Amino acid sequence: MKEKIRIASGQGFWGDRFDAPIDQVRKGPIDYLVLDYLAELTMSILQKKKMRNPALGYAEDFIAVMEEILPDIVEKDIKVITNAGGMNPFACRDAILQIAEKRQIKNLKIGVVYGDDITDRIDEFLDRGIALNHMETGEDLHTVRERVYSANVYFGAQPVVEALQADAQIVVTGRVTDTGLTLAPMMYEFGWSDTDYDKLSAGIIAGHAIECGAQSTGGNFLAGWKEVPNMAHIGFPIVEAYPTGEFVITKHENTGGLVDVRSVKEQLLYELGDPREYITPDVVADFTTIQLEQAGPNRVRVFGIKGKPPTDFYKVSISYSDGWTCIGHLTYGWPEALEKARKADEIIRQRIRDFGWEFEEIHTEFLGYNSIHGPLSHHIDEPNEVVLQIGVRGYNREHMERFSREMIPLVLCGPPTVTGFGSGRPKPKEVIAYWPALIPKKVVSPRVDVSSH
Amino acid sequence: MKIKLLELAHARSGDKGDTANIGVIALKPEYYPFLKEVLTPERVKKHFEGICFGPVERFELPNLCAFNFLLHNALDGGGTRSLRHDAQGKTLSTAILRLEVDLPDEKAREWGFLK
Repeated sequence: MKEKIRIASGQGFWGDRFDAPIDQVRKGPIDYLVLDYLAELTMSILQKKKMRNPALGYAEDFIAVMEEILPDIVEKDIKVITNAGGMNPFACRDAILQIAEKRQIKNLKIGVVYGDDITDRIDEFLDRGIALNHMETGEDLHTVRERVYSANVYFGAQPVVEALQADAQIVVTGRVTDTGLTLAPMMYEFGWSDTDYDKLSAGIIAGHAIECGAQSTGGNFLAGWKEVPNMAHIGFPIVEAYPTGEFVITKHENTGGLVDVRSVKEQLLYELGDPREYITPDVVADFTTIQLEQAGPNRVRVFGIKGKPPTDFYKVSISYSDGWTCIGHLTYGWPEALEKARKADEIIRQRIRDFGWEFEEIHTEFLGYNSIHGPLSHHIDEPNEVVLQIGVRGYNREHMERFSREMIPLVLCGPPTVTGFGSGRPKPKEVIAYWPALIPKKVVSPRVDVSSH
Repeated sequence: MKIKLLELAHARSGDKGDTANIGVIALKPEYYPFLKEVLTPERVKKHFEGICFGPVERFELPNLCAFNFLLHNALDGGGTRSLRHDAQGKTLSTAILRLEVDLPDEKAREWGFLK
């Protein structure tokens, strides 16, 4: 058994820094590179892509990353684990194989974790009495059934461990939890069983600490953002994991950013629910047992973590179409910028009423004045400029299109000194809503395919 | 004395559907018991009037000298449905730090806020 392993985060979301995984591989020693590309809404986007082109439906950015680093990881024997497979993990694997062929890399072993996509099985489950009701509201899925785009089960670390046991160097998954990607190599390397709840919980919390990339190494760091060195080349986090379940959050030495107890605390609290019940498919982790200690420059030691057995359910993420939104902007200048923006808002609202366009909601904000903190904002007497944002939401596509033509004419038809219309008419966007549900573990199983090419 | 939470804590916020979470962390361990007393869910709910339309839950993490607040019904529907500029509640972290609390003068002197 290895004494420790180094697991590096290469991506916090689809759209994160392109060079982060490259730096992780080249700027210091690591054993594993994990890349998280999936957010709740990403799956529906990938499903749409797959419907248009059966060879797509995965996070294509990952392929661009592999173009760069495939030779490095083969040479250094670094294992890569990613949920970039999205709605089409086999197509993602095939795209990696094309790179391998081009680079004349032979005998590359790639594992694919699939079976999470239950889009085509929804009716089967409903017929069998597995309701898939909304987890929070209890609503019946039939109310939106016709508008469903995708349905995916969140699997845990177990199938990834299986792929590693079959000697895969790269593991591409569909919807595996972000935290499971980091837990899996610890289970595999240290031989943790699926009832070592305290250790599994530690692995999950390690995953939570690094799943959002640089958010634990000085990015979005409120307590001390001015102290963060070299943010232009911020180092992404690395977990140094030990067989006991203890771990250290750190980063490569020759990178920017910082790792201290404060930056790690901020990330641990990010997108947290009940801290005693952090439910994952592998274990229920208890965030109130976490102990932190600064163990050196850019090293935070994490220990004392406890966990409880997991539940009998997997979470399912269902996406469905829920109407349209359209959001437009115009910028009004000094003097009386706010008054001008308010007048423009009145005009738009009057025209919506006069033409009888139907919306579920009309929402106005004054950016630069009171947008993000709303009623908590303090008053500014005479702002230099104010950006008017008007958004509408509704189900009538035609009325949405009519609204989208309303903002820009105000440049000539409304209050004076207005700009910021350069990007043209605002485009209506489909609302992809998210329906969380639970499914008994016994009715769905992850599947694993590992093959050499 | 009146003091803004900004002087006593740091924070990070995020979203889960229409629920915003705000993690509030005491800047020094000695501030934690005081914050526990004044930063009640009722107080936070009142602070976010006009932003949060559902209940506010508070969870304690004494091991991190921190709290996790869940603000339900606080993101105008959340996700792609929300028409807010900050649809994911990323900036609610500093919105909570605008909250003003009454710090007893004795403590204010002990902690160096009053000379």
